[in-house]
Amino acid sequence: MNSGTPVTDITTRPVGPKRLEWQDATVIAATAESSSARTIVFDIGRWDAHLPGQHIDVRLTADDGYQATRSYSLSSAPNENPQITVQRFDGGEMSPFLVDDVLVGDTIEVRGPIGGYFVWDGAPTPLLLIGGGSGLAPLRSMWRAGAVNDAPIIVAASAHDQQRLLFADELRDHEATIHLTRQIDVNCASRSSNVVAGRVDREAIDGLVRRAGPEAAVFVCGPTAFVESTATHLRDAGVEPSRMRLERFG
Amino acid sequence: MATRSFTGNARTTDERTPPGQFVTDDFPVLTAGLTEHIDAEDWELTVTDGFVSSTFDWAALNALPMTTFTTDIHCVTHWSKFDTTWRGVAIETLFDEVGVGDLDHALVASYGGYTTNLPVTDLLDHDAMIAVEFDGDPIEAEHGGPVRLVVPHLYFWKSAKWVTNISLSDEEDQGFWEASGYHNYGDPWREQRYSGD
Repeated sequence: MNSGTPVTDITTRPVGPKRLEWQDATVIAATAESSSARTIVFDIGRWDAHLPGQHIDVRLTADDGYQATRSYSLSSAPNENPQITVQRFDGGEMSPFLVDDVLVGDTIEVRGPIGGYFVWDGAPTPLLLIGGGSGLAPLRSMWRAGAVNDAPIIVAASAHDQQRLLFADELRDHEATIHLTRQIDVNCASRSSNVVAGRVDREAIDGLVRRAGPEAAVFVCGPTAFVESTATHLRDAGVEPSRMRLERFG
Repeated sequence: MATRSFTGNARTTDERTPPGQFVTDDFPVLTAGLTEHIDAEDWELTVTDGFVSSTFDWAALNALPMTTFTTDIHCVTHWSKFDTTWRGVAIETLFDEVGVGDLDHALVASYGGYTTNLPVTDLLDHDAMIAVEFDGDPIEAEHGGPVRLVVPHLYFWKSAKWVTNISLSDEEDQGFWEASGYHNYGDPWREQRYSGD
């Protein structure tokens, strides 16, 4: 497994991976990202820096011992306190609690970081990040991790409307292309020429792929239909499937 | 320790729900790569143990005796779906048809390059099938159609979509998620989500 370690004793069996234990995480900040989403910042005692794109499992326990568990992408850079960004799903069991009820000082159980597929390994190639809705959360981890050797980071975001767009200020700082799919009057909502009405369509993808170049690592996260259509357009624009990492939800 | 003010209003769990799971009526799509769109007439499945090998096309598969079961399925991303009905060819039927040897490990491969590994006993001694129908209809491409593996007693990443190869061996090879931090076996009832669980 570890090719850098000389084998001194061939009878030594490989040590099994350590179990990811549940740990107490203290909420040290909770910031509204939109009317229906919030970023929660944790202080966790012992924590290995994650790779951008990885997730954690979050477990909540009721007074009678009932527990609920969900996975949330980390939205922070590896060198920051771990953060998740949660979109309220009405009727959901955990997201309304995390978006509306959690207070600074609360303790929540987490374990992680988890995942080895939808991760950016820090290679110094251009990054093309395309997110729909709360699918921007793991992509935020990547753009906050920052460019390697000044390789460009190109971001495209899709949201129903300006009110539900996550990370609006950061997206503006990164000169992201922002697609608002249900906003009638985009000009009114827009403070930047990078805001366009309508979906991330074939034409938009062609433009992004041209800007990012053939060596780019491409990450797409969002609702299933968004990821399916985006990945199809990417493939049609000549992006090799091996250069794409896709994460779907819902 | 209880989480302050969390009541768990949904309470979707009961003795049918493995630990850490919640029940959904939806059928979420979890796929690592692109959805593969394979026409039934182009689909093929090869079963091999390294000595004997057979390849089935759509007609050959459908000529085998079919079975139907209704079962609960459990995804490692915490959702469970109850009472899903699958129709297809039991793995035991398929293996008998090929005449494969008595080997311990299976590596299952999909169109698009996805792989997953599991013990052969988990294909033979449990409900496990090469499925061609879900809830009475052809399986949609996004859910692995035209033909997917269904192994309901393990986390559903073991139930490879767009299945095209099953290779049996004495040696264990790890599949896509198994080599990427997920559990090698994946029993939902023991909550074997990640390596080390």
